[in-house]
Order: sequence, then structure tokens, then C-alpha cells
Amino acid sequence: MKGDRSVDLRMYKTMVSIRSFEKKLGELSRKGILRGSIHFCIGQEAVAAGVCAALQPTDYITSHHRGHGHAIAKGARMDLMIAELLGKATGYCKGKGGSMHIADLDLGHLGANGIVGGGMPIATGAALGFQQLGLPHVVATIFGDGAINQGSFHESLNLAALWRLPVVFVCENNQFGMTTSISQASAEPKLVKRAVAYNVPGVEADGMDAREVRRVTVEAVERARSGEGPTLVVLETYRFEGHYIGDPVVYRTKEETEPWKSRDPISLQRGRILKEGFATEAELDRIDADIAHELEDADAFAQNSPNPDPPDLYTDVYSG
Amino acid sequence: MRERTLSQAVNEALAEEMERDARVFLIGEDIGLHGGAFGVTKGLFHRFGPGRVRSTPISEAAIAGAAVGAALVGARPVAELMYVDFITIAMDQIVNQGAKVKYMFGGKARVPMVLRAPFGAGRANAAQHSQSLEAWFCHVPGLKVVMPSTPADAKGLLKSAIRDDNLVIFLENKHLYFQKGPVPDGERTVPLGTADIKREGKDVTVVATGRQVSVALGAAGTLAKEGIDVEVVDPRTLWPLDKEAIIGSVRKTGRLVVVHEAVKRFGFGAEIVAMIAESDAFDYLDAPVQRVASAEVPVPFSKFLEDLYLPDEPRVIDACRRTLA
Repeated sequence: MKGDRSVDLRMYKTMVSIRSFEKKLGELSRKGILRGSIHFCIGQEAVAAGVCAALQPTDYITSHHRGHGHAIAKGARMDLMIAELLGKATGYCKGKGGSMHIADLDLGHLGANGIVGGGMPIATGAALGFQQLGLPHVVATIFGDGAINQGSFHESLNLAALWRLPVVFVCENNQFGMTTSISQASAEPKLVKRAVAYNVPGVEADGMDAREVRRVTVEAVERARSGEGPTLVVLETYRFEGHYIGDPVVYRTKEETEPWKSRDPISLQRGRILKEGFATEAELDRIDADIAHELEDADAFAQNSPNPDPPDLYTDVYSG
Repeated sequence: MRERTLSQAVNEALAEEMERDARVFLIGEDIGLHGGAFGVTKGLFHRFGPGRVRSTPISEAAIAGAAVGAALVGARPVAELMYVDFITIAMDQIVNQGAKVKYMFGGKARVPMVLRAPFGAGRANAAQHSQSLEAWFCHVPGLKVVMPSTPADAKGLLKSAIRDDNLVIFLENKHLYFQKGPVPDGERTVPLGTADIKREGKDVTVVATGRQVSVALGAAGTLAKEGIDVEVVDPRTLWPLDKEAIIGSVRKTGRLVVVHEAVKRFGFGAEIVAMIAESDAFDYLDAPVQRVASAEVPVPFSKFLEDLYLPDEPRVIDACRRTLA
């Protein structure tokens, strides 16, 4: 597939940002500064970058507990994200949400989610809202292979298909629901087959290839926007790290992991950009260095930010 | 004033709010042509069309989630669950999502939606179609919980709930659907969080909710013949709770009975009693408080057993007398 220089560079930058961001989190965790449940998406960056590159800035996403990448790809600021993860008043959610609840409605991000499968009904509802209000926006609901066995997947996709709602169902198949592999979790390992049951198109793509992810998502988004309803997009990817920081990862072998790691989505995109002459090594190194610099600033901003005020404990429960 | 059933009053509120605000729409099972399992949405499908009266498959999680998502992006959905018992299927979207998004997102989200659900026993619907589950929702910060006892209140409260920017659980007693009462003409809203003194009295305060308000009023009528003057307080909104109205009444009477249809343990009545115990009204109490509630069993089918299960006037009368003994 032919590339587009600005899109390819943007997706590269997004992916490097995501990985660098999570490496920074690892550092903060080792120093004992970062608390709580932190789920890394290292290895899955092409999904976030490719899906969000297929959306307009006015489109929406819902994300899941492994959602740092989706937020960054949708345009979230890394300084506000780190501040949130450190529980600071300056964070995206004033320190009230943390890693699993980062959201920014102004960016079209309807929230990460601590409940596996929790985002699909909300995305379906947002799409219904856009249909009701006569707005042209599309929602991409990104969920994992673990969530596809929740009832919410079935209820949401059926309703979205029935009413031809402008929502794209993106299954980010990283092969594991926590420690349970697809073969132990799904009677039919070919997840895309489920599309048949809802009378919607099912598309599979290489989730390590940002360009390929974007290509299939663009088609699904166009279909959704034109009123033809949802598509089930299944992206095959791999979680390079454990389920959470500190996971001993006893459930998979090096033999299984290595072939995936050899197909690193960032290396793939970098090699392609160089090969196609979209940028030089020096230019890409410069992008990497700028991101590293931005993260140092973001880290300093977050660490120097104030904690929430005690009265903030009680605010934001009700509107009005 | 016209006489309306509670069902008709709810229907009027829905129609008036849909007329007033194009963002309001209805979503639920069989609410279209059929008009809902209890006929509450009758006629609205013809009047507003299938785009605004959305009949769904039997998918309670999707109904609740669709309402939460649509509300998040600026629509104002009113969802109907056929029976409150079915809310178990929708619980994640209500409790983990809708109730919490505003707080989790640091205040940057609003969920202006209403979830209506019929509740209550006494109609031979047995254990999975008869429960009173209001305490579950009162226990969740982020939710508002409304329980009207008259057609007029139902109409006024529902209009307020639809205009509210929060997730409001609106609980309608199935028996009351068919009971008539006066409903004022024209625009009238009842603010959420205000109790109503349904009967003034000086001897004993009875706090009752939903259908039990009429049971309490019946008991008050009987006791009046013996010279016992009962005050009946209807909170109308279980959360936010009009604490002052209840505390003020107990300060006046020095005696408290709480009546509700949910089972007694860990129920709404326990919160009322605890609230009084924590307030200065405690010093005014002249007798131990009494709670009258349903038996602590699943709702039975047999009319014989179901009548035993529910609170009734004799039990409310006994409870009032115990506070005066």
C-alpha cells in the first residue's frame, strides 16, 4: 500500500510518543512515584496510531484499561496525562480518575474504562446521540479480545447494526485477556467470524502495521459516516509487556513472544519511512529527541504540580 | 384540575418535555406502537415517530449504555426498563459508568438522562418482576433517585428529572399506574429534593414512599378516629433527600415510623432512622423508632403469601401505636 508522507510521519511520532510515555511511567514506577494499576500497551502502538489517524479530530473514541496509547493518539497532552497518573490537581481528571479513566470530551475521547467491555455500550450510545442530534461524527470503540466475550459486545453491536449507528467496533486482539490466551477464552479463535452474526462486515488486519490499521479503519469510518452502520475490525497485535507493571508473566514462553517482538510496529514504520524516502535517519532521530524532551518537561510539570485540595474530594459528583 | 392516572401523568410529562426540547428522546423495550408493557408511552410513537420513540431489542445493558453515551454527547434520553428487576443486566452501565463518569473525568462530563422503571409487588408477578430495589441506587454517589406517590408528583418530578443534568433513576410503582389523582393543568414542575407533607399531624411522623404513602394515609385516617394525629411525610426524592423536612417533622411529633415496600434490612428506612439519630431531632424522640417494610424473603407468587409479604394498614397502625405506648 502506498504511503502518505505526513500521515506516516504523524503515525510514527504518535507511536514513539506512546512508547516513550510508557517507558517514562516504568521509570516513575521503579522510583516509587507512580501508584495504582498501570497497564502498558507497548507493542500495540500501531493500533492506537492507525485507528486515530483514520478519524477526524471531531470524531470520538472510547478506550479501555490499556488506554494510554489511544489517548495520546487522539491528541491528549502527555504532561496532563502524567499529572493525572501521579494524582495531581493539574491532571486530565484533577487526579480523580488515574490511568484507567483518562478522558477529554473536547478531544473526542469519551474515556478509558476500568470495566472490560464497558466502553462499547457508551460508544453505541454516543453514536445514537449523533444520529439523534443530526451530527456527522463517528465513534470508534476500541476494546480487547477479552471484552469480546462480554455480553456488552453482543448487545451493543447488535443494536448498532440494527439502527445503522455511526460506530466502528475495533477489537484490539493482543492475544491475552490478562493472563488468559485467546485459545483458552474463545471457542472460535477467529474473532472476525463474529461479524456474520450481526450482519456487518468483518475485517481483519495486521495490528503491528499502522498503515494497514489506518487503511481498514478509514473504510469502516466512511461506511459508518455514510449511514451504513458498524464494521467489526479485528487487529492482530501483541502485548510486549505483562498485564501490569510487575506481572511475572508465567503464562507465555520466549518462543511465543520473540516472533511478535521481531515485528515491532515502530521499527516497521521507521524502516518504511526511510525506505520510501519520507524522512532521513537524522530527521527521525530529531523526532525521537523532541519527544524525549517533551516527556522530561511533562514529568517535571507533573511532579511539580500540586496535589488536589481537600475540598476537591467532594466536588464533581453531581452537575448543577 | 383533571383526574389522571399516574401512567397518564407520566405520559403527559414525556410528551410535554419532548415537545419542549428536541434533544429528548425515549428508548426502551416495546415502547413504540405497543406503548410499553404498562402503556405509559401510548400514543407517543404516533406523535413523535420512531426516531424519538426508540423501541429496542431485549438488551438492557445496551439500553442503559445507549442512554449514557447519548447523554454524554448532548442528547437527553429517557430510558424505560420494563421492570426494575431487569436492571441487574444494566447495572454496569448505571453504576460503574453513568454514575461515575463526571467524577472520574474531573467534572468534564454530564449525563443528563432519566432511567424510568416500574417496581413493586402485589400483582402476582413473583420474585423477578416485583422488587423494590431503590436502596441499591441510593447507595451510589452520582445517582439521583425519585419515587413519586401521586400522579401530580409523578408528572412534576419527571419533568424536573428530564431537565436535570444528572442520571436520575425514576421509580414508578406498578399499582399506582392505574390509580387516579388530580393533576394541575399547564406547566408545573416539582423540584427534586423536596419532600411533601401529605397529611399534617402532631402526634407521630410517618415517613412513607411510593405506594406506601397511601397505606400510611389510610392508617392515619383510622388513627384519627382514636384521636391520634399522624403526620405523613413523603420524601418524593430519595436522593437528594430533603432531610430538613423529615427532621422538622420529628422535632414536632417526637415519634417516627418509616414505611417502605423494600425489605427492611439495609433499606431506605435505615438511612432515615440513622439520619434522625445523627440529628438534633434525636433529642426530641419520645419512643423507639419503628420500621414497617416487606418481609425479608424474595417476593412470593401466591396472593395469600404476597399479602403477608407487603406492608399494610394494620401494621402501620400497630407501629404508630407502639411509638405512643
